[in-house]
Amino acid sequence: MIFRGKVWKFGDNVDTDAIIPARYLTTSDPRELALHCMEDADPNFVARMKTGDIILGGENFGCGSSREHAPIAIKAAGVSCVVAKSFARIFYRNSFNMGLPIFESVELVDAIKDGEEITVDSSRGTIAIAGSTKTFTINPIPPFMEKLIADGGLMKHISRK
Amino acid sequence: MGNTITEKILTAHTKLKKISAGQLINARVDIALGNDVTAPIAINEFIKAGGKKVFNKNKIALVLDHFTPNKDINSAQQCKAVREFALKQKIIHFYEGGNVGIEHALLPEQGIVLPGDLVVGADSHTCTYGALGAFATGVGSTDLAAVMLTGELWFKVPESIKFVIYGKLQKWVSGKDLILHIIGRIGVDGALYKAMEFTGETIGKLPMADRLSMANMAIEAGAKNGIFAPDAITREYVKKRAKRDYKFYSSDADAVYSDIIEINAGVIEPQVAFPHLPSNVKPINKAGKIKIDQSLIGSCTNGRIEDLRIAAQILKKRKAAPTVRLIVIPATPAIYKQALKEGLIEVFMNADAIISPPSCGACLGGHMGILAEGERAVATTNRNFVGRMGHTKSEVYLASPAVAAASAVLGRIASPEEL
Repeated sequence: MIFRGKVWKFGDNVDTDAIIPARYLTTSDPRELALHCMEDADPNFVARMKTGDIILGGENFGCGSSREHAPIAIKAAGVSCVVAKSFARIFYRNSFNMGLPIFESVELVDAIKDGEEITVDSSRGTIAIAGSTKTFTINPIPPFMEKLIADGGLMKHISRK
Repeated sequence: MGNTITEKILTAHTKLKKISAGQLINARVDIALGNDVTAPIAINEFIKAGGKKVFNKNKIALVLDHFTPNKDINSAQQCKAVREFALKQKIIHFYEGGNVGIEHALLPEQGIVLPGDLVVGADSHTCTYGALGAFATGVGSTDLAAVMLTGELWFKVPESIKFVIYGKLQKWVSGKDLILHIIGRIGVDGALYKAMEFTGETIGKLPMADRLSMANMAIEAGAKNGIFAPDAITREYVKKRAKRDYKFYSSDADAVYSDIIEINAGVIEPQVAFPHLPSNVKPINKAGKIKIDQSLIGSCTNGRIEDLRIAAQILKKRKAAPTVRLIVIPATPAIYKQALKEGLIEVFMNADAIISPPSCGACLGGHMGILAEGERAVATTNRNFVGRMGHTKSEVYLASPAVAAASAVLGRIASPEEL
């Protein structure tokens, strides 16, 4: 898969309360949740982002609550994928289980500025910054997780078994 | 090469003879938990996947504790959806209304989770049950759906960090202070994907309520689970509650750890985590003069009877400062009744406290205790992220019940020693 978009760069330890504040958890409707994506980290994010844009995080992206509403909100907002230095573990599971593509690359996050455009090539495991010849390597995804993605998430994976 | 308690419990729930850290496994689940926020998505996924009947109606717990008593029409709809599912599926451990308690206080109290169990919950603080010597970890709603369908789930076997804690705790220092100190030391991702195993002479004497507080916050260091080897204290806690068999596991002497961290608990003072990360920890004497608007005593971290006793000891014959809203939340109906019996509720009411029904509402900025712009709260809860308890420009300081009670009286963050 190829993901191309402008990056929205956030810092370390972006928690799920910032991704989707608890005050909106009285619904699980993806369209409703999408309206408040990243609201407590950047209140203008939803208004300014375009479909296909990419969220960039530092260390421990998605820490805190287990709410699957967080990856649901990101995906429904039209974000194509998330690249971070590292992910908190429940967010990591949730993303693979429900089908939000996420990638780890410390070097890319360090090298890139907010607003630049990148191309993520998940099958080749590389990320390129637009206007630059340098490519960055994505941390390899375990084979089981690749299978999850190929099957279309956890529920489809277990139905297939 | 030996195994850790975490590896042993996980192995016992597979068909494998031996597993090691890093391995991906499929394991049987003993108890799977969901609440009014996370279960609706799980139920939806369960139905979408063609689910007709849950794998075992005795092994699922559905606890409507987050936006309850129902905050608004939307939250009422969510509770209704879970209730209808629970009744249709004849879920045994379904809690709503007068029998509901905060899930992570309720499940151990009712003997629903037991030593040696493999527990998953669509709530990040599911790691609380590690205090009993269970493997317990937070997962997402889709995970919960998969377990409800199959009774199994995928796990990556975590490496373990061993904490060896020694020394006699000073007055007013509790399990909450120990875990805040540890998170302050290793950071909010200091145990990312790993198991935190708590051992040492201090732990051997630590009451169950304190162990539950510590295991509860393992997630705040990024951990997959926190765990204590069961002992006489565990046996005492469990024997009057268990209605089924359970098993004690412990780590081998030659088990492999990714790190071993020694902590002298004897020198630790009451701790306060400053905004906006649980790792932003200072000892109380370095807190400075921080005026507060609200003090919250409760939550899955510190809403147990032992916590309320400490708070009442400090609040007896005293009053919350007129500028402070003091909110006390007994975590379960049984704790509430016991607090009434012991006269603690009267102490709190005489101190001008608001007594809340058992609910997670205030802790996650849901309802019943929201902060306005610029307000500050000291809370015995587990998270102080931006906007956690309300406005993005409000602040949460995490501390023990003793510090929260003393702070309520003095109107600023304070140690009970200052009273």
